[in-house]
Amino acid sequence: MSADLQTPLKRVRGLGSAKDGTHHFVIQRLTALALIPLSIWVVFLALTLMRADYAQARAIVHQPFAALWLAAFVIAAFWHAQLGMQVVIEDYVHTRWLEITAQVAVKFFCFIGALACVLAIVRMALS
Amino acid sequence: MPQAARPLSPHLGIYKWQLTMTLSIIHRATGVALAVGTLLLIAALLALASGPEAYGKVQAFCGSAIGLILLFGWSWALCYHLCNGIRHLAWDSGWGFEISRAYVTGWTVVAVSLLTTIAIWGCVFARTGGP
Repeated sequence: MSADLQTPLKRVRGLGSAKDGTHHFVIQRLTALALIPLSIWVVFLALTLMRADYAQARAIVHQPFAALWLAAFVIAAFWHAQLGMQVVIEDYVHTRWLEITAQVAVKFFCFIGALACVLAIVRMALS
Repeated sequence: MPQAARPLSPHLGIYKWQLTMTLSIIHRATGVALAVGTLLLIAALLALASGPEAYGKVQAFCGSAIGLILLFGWSWALCYHLCNGIRHLAWDSGWGFEISRAYVTGWTVVAVSLLTTIAIWGCVFARTGGP
């Protein structure tokens, strides 16, 4: 049985399932799972950096594994933030143009933020 | 704004305020706060990569009164969102949906998030010699 319950008008307007809702759910959980150890590690890193001067701080981030985990944290954190903010905006912003503007702004911010952080980490890791 | 004046289902005004809904709202609020907090993460990493002068400015901001208040808020937001996130992952696996268990895990999240925040700031003040 393949009865289509959508009216033709709904289909023309592009409403209904886009068939990718599960992807959002899965990635949100995967990034959450990754962020459990990574964010705990970043808290310890921050506490270590607190008592370091500039040269020591650079030396810490220069270590290969520190750079690796920090870059992984940054990517997972911005990805997770984008997915979460997307849901919050979908739920609470009901003015269409404002919703679209906010969604695009959040996506751009998270992408540029992640890119800026990764580039900074790579620069410190290689210098 | 809603596009038609439709009848709405019973909402916040009619339900008794409960722990579970409070924790759910706080989870979202801390998530948004942490997303805003990535600004400091970006600033700190770019400053560290740029040079001692820029890094000094970020350090000065973090040590200022506003910086300390923000960092304290973000540290608790991170602890709470992390603990309650683990609670959510347990729910996603199908565990802990009984109402009594939801309350036990809920109060556990509150307690652990506060204790870890206190532990973090204990470490901070032990290293810097007080607020």
